[in-house]
Amino acid sequence: MSIRLQNIAKTYGPPGRGAARALDPLDLEIREGELIGLLGPSGSGKTTLLRIIAGLEAADHTPAPGRILFGDRDVTHVHVRDRRIGFVFQHYALFRHMTVYDNVAFGLTVMPRRQRPTGGEIRARVHRLLEMVQLEPLANRYPAQLSGGQQQRVSLARALALRPDVLLLDEPFGALDAKVRQELRRWLRHLHDELNFTSVFVTHDQEEALELSDRVVVMSNGRIEQIDTPDSLYRAPANRFVFEFLGDVNHLEGEVRDGTLTCGDARLAVELPDGPEELLLRPHEVKLAEAPTADARLPATVTAISPVGAEVRVELAADWMASPWLATLRHADYERLDLRRGQRLYALPRRWHRFPAEPDTRPTRAREAVS
Amino acid sequence: MSRLEGTQRIGDAPRVRRLLVIAAVALSALFLLLPLVAIFAQAFAQGAGVFWTNVTNSYTRSAIGLTLFITVLTIPVNLVFGVMLAWLVTRFRFPGRRILQTLIDIPFAVSPVVAGLVYLLLYGRNGWIGGWLDTHDIQLMFAWPGILMVTIFVTCPFVARELIPLMQAQGSRDEEAAVTLGASGWTLFRRVTLPNIRWALLYGVILTNARAVGEFGAVSVVSGAIRGQTNTLPLHLEQLYQDYNTVGAFASAALLALIALLTLAAKAGLEWRAARQEAST
Repeated sequence: MSIRLQNIAKTYGPPGRGAARALDPLDLEIREGELIGLLGPSGSGKTTLLRIIAGLEAADHTPAPGRILFGDRDVTHVHVRDRRIGFVFQHYALFRHMTVYDNVAFGLTVMPRRQRPTGGEIRARVHRLLEMVQLEPLANRYPAQLSGGQQQRVSLARALALRPDVLLLDEPFGALDAKVRQELRRWLRHLHDELNFTSVFVTHDQEEALELSDRVVVMSNGRIEQIDTPDSLYRAPANRFVFEFLGDVNHLEGEVRDGTLTCGDARLAVELPDGPEELLLRPHEVKLAEAPTADARLPATVTAISPVGAEVRVELAADWMASPWLATLRHADYERLDLRRGQRLYALPRRWHRFPAEPDTRPTRAREAVS
Repeated sequence: MSRLEGTQRIGDAPRVRRLLVIAAVALSALFLLLPLVAIFAQAFAQGAGVFWTNVTNSYTRSAIGLTLFITVLTIPVNLVFGVMLAWLVTRFRFPGRRILQTLIDIPFAVSPVVAGLVYLLLYGRNGWIGGWLDTHDIQLMFAWPGILMVTIFVTCPFVARELIPLMQAQGSRDEEAAVTLGASGWTLFRRVTLPNIRWALLYGVILTNARAVGEFGAVSVVSGAIRGQTNTLPLHLEQLYQDYNTVGAFASAALLALIALLTLAAKAGLEWRAARQEAST
């Protein structure tokens, strides 16, 4: 089922001066069967948006009322109870006085008598769901006797029991440790592909959003900054916020004159008009060398080296840097350079980005460095 | 071994501990246990027969009956009122919410005698509302309805006070989850909210019960203390004592003490259960 939001806004508190804007009016279209990630820092409005889709929170009526459509069904004024959504809470919100089985069966047992499946059907359905989340043997346990990951799977099974049109997940893996998180992520992706429902999940973890979503909605300060596939989001961020939020960033701030950017004793050849300038570089866009080139002379000292997985993270410091830089190297380069802490060498930008002050009027500019 | 053996954790000085234990035991014996023993000793001072005669005396029986009647009516009223109030202040945001939470505590802050006097002033025959009631032949003061009213007044914070912190801590996530699963109001309360608060609720009821049975000050002002009609057990006790019937007074006191002990046992049992539940989660 597709989800369409039209002119949805949210203000907390009394209207007037005491009011706090949680969401600026926004439109959003989610296609049938999509898995969408709402990504943003805390306070960006992503959870509010999710709760509005669910109907746990009402969008503003004034100045202009918004609309929420599931497929062709206008659910703006439909109560949560009747929206046919499944909701998974960050801290699971399992009913602690009920067994795993009773938790999953809850939605089926509270249906009006006429629509309620028979006892046998309920039993069969709950056991199928428990099998699907691989918790069949734990059906008679209480939530407190399960691990976090298991609890979240129960909560997912419970949300799916009523065969919702839309599955909404609020930071579903936020309270779990890294390894379980990774596992559950894959498993959710798999489940989504298999059952093909429309899902929206909230996260503040960019890695999670990029790995799991078909499309990511990046939010900040109650606004949507960009909606795109993980791939194009990373390659072509719409503005500086998106660029900085999606990964580590190195800053190079200085003055351009006659095609050369100068900052302390650092120099870089750029094809930019004269004036103050700030360039941004990803850690993998920084190369390290023992000598400067004709175009780039960016001296730096190695302050820390940490081999993490497939790459080596090298921290650099210099007087001209406002904050330390981070460069990621392949192990081969690391060995060739024979890096040690305290070593002095030169950073060579492979590529850089700039986002001029008016992000709305000018598109991203990414340039291959002249080398 | 190293000298570390002799070191203690902070706050674990044996001498201080011993001193505090002795002080606590001595004080409880002197102020709590001894009077309790004295009550039963006095009650049975002239033998079980005299005790029994006093307890089965028609005035005493009527006082016991009235006390239990008032208690049985007070508990459900406070149960409903307490749950509603706790629900209101923990699940809704509205102007005046803080003030309401403070107002709940008024019965704790005000002397029960003052409460009784205020009720007398309002609902007595010459009172503001009482005058109108009198012309319609409704008598609240110096009759059991008045006793019930002041008893409800002095006990009304107990249930709400127990529930509010718990419901605040639990938040409304469980209820939200139940609503997304299609549960409607009453089902939600019965199957999700109530099981979450049941122990606190019972605890509140036990406290309400203890207070309702033992209330003296407010009741003494509004009851009129007519023997065999509007005398509750605590009032009856006091009257007996004024009449120099020491054994009779202590027989009634023993009854009250017995109810108190039963209440304490129930409370301890509940706390033990709650602790066990806590440990299993």
